[in-house]
Amino acid sequence: MPGETTSLTDPAQQFNEEMLIRRIRDGEQELFYELVRPYERRIYSTALAILRNEADAEDVVQEAVLKALKHIRQFRAESRFSTWLIQITVNEARMRIRRQHADRIEPIDDHQDEEGNYVPRDFADWREIPSEALERKEVRQKLAEALSSLGEKYREVFVLRDMQHLSIEETAKALGISSASVKTRLLRARLMLRDLLAPGLGGSWNSRLSFEKGTKPW
Amino acid sequence: MVVNCEEVWREISNYLDGGVEPHLRLAMEEHIRGCRRCAAVLDGTRNVVQLYGDERMIEVPLGFSQRLQHRLNEENTHGSRRDFLGWMVAAAAAVLVAGSFEAARSSVFSHPELRSEHAQPGARVPLDMLVVVATDGKTFHAAGCPFIHDKAHIRTMTAREAQREGYAPCIRCMKQYLNAG
Repeated sequence: MPGETTSLTDPAQQFNEEMLIRRIRDGEQELFYELVRPYERRIYSTALAILRNEADAEDVVQEAVLKALKHIRQFRAESRFSTWLIQITVNEARMRIRRQHADRIEPIDDHQDEEGNYVPRDFADWREIPSEALERKEVRQKLAEALSSLGEKYREVFVLRDMQHLSIEETAKALGISSASVKTRLLRARLMLRDLLAPGLGGSWNSRLSFEKGTKPW
Repeated sequence: MVVNCEEVWREISNYLDGGVEPHLRLAMEEHIRGCRRCAAVLDGTRNVVQLYGDERMIEVPLGFSQRLQHRLNEENTHGSRRDFLGWMVAAAAAVLVAGSFEAARSSVFSHPELRSEHAQPGARVPLDMLVVVATDGKTFHAAGCPFIHDKAHIRTMTAREAQREGYAPCIRCMKQYLNAG
């Protein structure tokens, strides 16, 4: 049972979720893990993208799941359970960051001007990084590092939209910002990541990889 | 309509999400065909979204699930022992009865018809639009579509690739492209 992969079809999964929620609300709290299991990896990656620390991310996931259990009666069926859970995780992660930064004098990096146009770096061509390259741990790590280097508000939007595949509206709701802000930040996050990942320019992460004779891991 | 490089960059993200108006899309495509720099911006941005949207980018530490489960069990054990043990037994029994009643009732309103209508051609779906597919699903979707089959195993790709791999457009989130014209 534990560790098994759920491969239910969507209508069945939705039906199963509704049933589980109903039973949990009526007292069978021990079923709660069954409800969150299909999403545990997603909420962990969300927390990790925001917090940039594995231990903190795991801790926040546990807190978020306990909070979701405690407030399961407040869940409204008009939104998806997964989105609700992600939203709670985002809030918990944000609170953790605020607490960690409370004793610092400088504000965290969240006040950059996002109105000005972002000018992408000029590369003659884009050398495609094939998805097979993701099999390699060092490539995944470098992608994670590139994401970590973005400001918090860009990481949040990018992870919800492009990694968790939420819609623009769901992302806006989860973060408490407007859809227009989601689009602006998403554009900038995507362009910045492109610049960071561009091979062959001696970018901040390429130069740290020990490639053989200029070869890249993809 | 003619657009310049700055306008292309400003809309490149919306373009990939299929969120620009048809006349702007055409103007952007026209521009990109003749502009090497904008072509590189488009290729790179699309590549970035595809890579990060891949399931393999999500990794959890060893023992993560077990620890989460343990924490929940602890909470449940303490919680139930503390206050409502007797009450919960009675409630669980009631829920089983009510649950089966509800299951029977809800099945009338469930919508199993989704998987039987996947064969509509997606000729009008913008081919460069980024879409998501479930590895063992049959349809492709806009990110965020609530009808994505098995959300735990999804990939991001262009509509062109999705169609090439035999996926058909979701009749819900891709409705505008199926019904247009």
